[in-house]
Amino acid sequence: MRHTVSVLVENKPGVLARISSLFSGRGFNIDSLAVGETEQHDVSRMTIVVKGDERILEQVMKQLNKLIDVIKVTDFVEQRHLERDLVLIKVNAGKGKRSEVLEIVDIFRAKIVDVAPNSVIVEITGDEEKILALVNMLKPFGIKEMVRTGIVAMGRG
Amino acid sequence: MRLTGAQIFVESLIKEKVEIMFGIPGGALLPTFDVLYGAALKFILTRHEQGAAHMADGFARATGKVGVCIATSGPGATNLTTGLATANMDSVPVVAFTGQVPTNLVGNDAFQEADTTGVTRSITKYNYLVTDVKELARTIKEAFHIARTGRPGPVLIDLPVDVQRASCQFVYPKEVNIRSFKPKYKGHPQQIKKAVDLIKESERPVIYAGGGVIISGASGELNEMAKITQIPVTLTLMAMGAFPTESELFLGMLGMHGTYFANHAIQNSDLIIAIGARFDDRITARLDAFAPKAKIIHIDIDPTSISKNVKVDIPIVGDAKNVMREINKLLNKLGPKNIEKRKKWQKQISQWRKENPLTYKKDRKLRPQYVVEKIYEVTKGKAIIATEVGQNQMWAQQFYKYNYPRHFITSGGLGTMGFGFPAAIGAKLAKPEKIVFDIAGDGSIQMNIQEMATAVNNKVGVKVAILNNGYLGMVRQWQQLFYKKRYSATDLSSNPDFVKIAEAYGAFGIRVSEKDEVEDALRKAISVDGPVILDFLVEREENVFPMVPAGARLDEVIRGLA
Repeated sequence: MRHTVSVLVENKPGVLARISSLFSGRGFNIDSLAVGETEQHDVSRMTIVVKGDERILEQVMKQLNKLIDVIKVTDFVEQRHLERDLVLIKVNAGKGKRSEVLEIVDIFRAKIVDVAPNSVIVEITGDEEKILALVNMLKPFGIKEMVRTGIVAMGRG
Repeated sequence: MRLTGAQIFVESLIKEKVEIMFGIPGGALLPTFDVLYGAALKFILTRHEQGAAHMADGFARATGKVGVCIATSGPGATNLTTGLATANMDSVPVVAFTGQVPTNLVGNDAFQEADTTGVTRSITKYNYLVTDVKELARTIKEAFHIARTGRPGPVLIDLPVDVQRASCQFVYPKEVNIRSFKPKYKGHPQQIKKAVDLIKESERPVIYAGGGVIISGASGELNEMAKITQIPVTLTLMAMGAFPTESELFLGMLGMHGTYFANHAIQNSDLIIAIGARFDDRITARLDAFAPKAKIIHIDIDPTSISKNVKVDIPIVGDAKNVMREINKLLNKLGPKNIEKRKKWQKQISQWRKENPLTYKKDRKLRPQYVVEKIYEVTKGKAIIATEVGQNQMWAQQFYKYNYPRHFITSGGLGTMGFGFPAAIGAKLAKPEKIVFDIAGDGSIQMNIQEMATAVNNKVGVKVAILNNGYLGMVRQWQQLFYKKRYSATDLSSNPDFVKIAEAYGAFGIRVSEKDEVEDALRKAISVDGPVILDFLVEREENVFPMVPAGARLDEVIRGLA
């Protein structure tokens, strides 16, 4: 099962290292990890997507809470929440194929942010489902390169 | 008052009531050691930083206070790691200081530089790299707080040499407030009530107490609980001394080398009251077959230990002493139930105990178990016993009767050979009025033998009892039982003359090869003021029993070789 865990941490050097060595040391599987400052300068938020069963998740939550730099841990499984990932995709779009690619990009309300003779870079923001759908539509054209920020999440309301 | 970082360091230690510290100086610590010269702190110069770490650890285990050690940058710091990992696994409060290259050289592969905070991150409770001298006092206060609060553990502070030289106003903070670190001490009252109900209803209960009972100072509450409920008590290696060994209710240690009757009691119980213990693999044996019929109440200050290996029915997060006190209050009010069924359980256990006592072959040969028994007799059970790791450790647990907390000092979690001797030195410095023994193997004692210089120089009268069988005993035992006696790399028959080694260091050495020499040798060793090595030449292929082999169920106890 896939869990999105949001962790509020002290914005200090070494905190990222501490959290990632917690995960690797205990063999938890991270699918993605995004981190950045929050509205409070001395507090950062990490959004981690973990794969595992209930028992693993319980240990993940507890071990995170135990860390001295961790202020609060939220598991978004029960809560209504929003998830967003930002992805850049460099896709083949040479003569003849470019308009098809542009159509698909339009339909998804994504953006073209770079143009080259044989390829374009598509930028899209969305949840996991939307991104997967776009990637699948673009695959037939040939994806040259792809980079993602990783999921960030926030509770609704 | 404007002080340098080095001065702030020493002043802060004095504010934390530190009286003694262990370590070795180096280039990256010159400013600090200059301030230490003539300071009000006792400084013990060791011969290896690992020795310093274990001494701080032994000191902490014997007293409950925070132990302090210091090492220079690079190799000095990396030499501390085994000691820190040892303290980490057994939840011992230690604060370690390391010198570091100047801040502008950090990350530059400078001379005697190591990424100390990186290396020690996973083996400390927390660590700091201080880059601004204005942060130093607060960092030290926080470090001591973290080390001793909640589930204790080692904390490291890395101090670049330019920070030691820099100066600022010295203000020692009045209090510490770490918003992300607030351990829970009081148990949830509803959980406590549920636990008491279960205890009342149970027919075959067992109390399983671990090191947390000693850390919490809760042996009084443990005794009270056992008395009110008449529930039998089994202890882990880390809890020895928390419950009187002569009590009818005492089952001995449980687990891989636990007693037959403790293991059977657990496997047949319908309720396990786990207090300050973590269901370690040495205890549970095969997890999927552990205590199949038992409901579990688990009292621990660390939520991560609860339901980590074994799913529990009633988790109670809190300090053992507090929670047990509340439980005892309720138990006192409600009175015992199920007395008849309990009596049946007691009878069953007594029968198991009678049929399977802890034993060894009693003939004319000098056997290691006999040595430990004699140490108990001669010290009247009042000594502090440190151990190394392996067979020596197991025999020290089995044949010495521990009746006082903080009198058994052993590396349980990490199982560090070479721990016992320096830990004993730390314990003796903590409790100079006590007789302190290190029960060692011939393999283990060589790992930190250099600390004999520290002991002699500082007149620390530790008595080292080497159970010398010329093997890495525990590994040899497994090779005998499971690898067809292929003693691969476990033969130590080329050991040096330990008596000569003692004398070379200026200590006293005694060799014993006959059973009837043991008692006199021990008495002689105790009468000598300074450190003593006793070289007991024991039966080479003696084995530790009982034993639950790897992969077996907890009740599949091998009682001995046919």
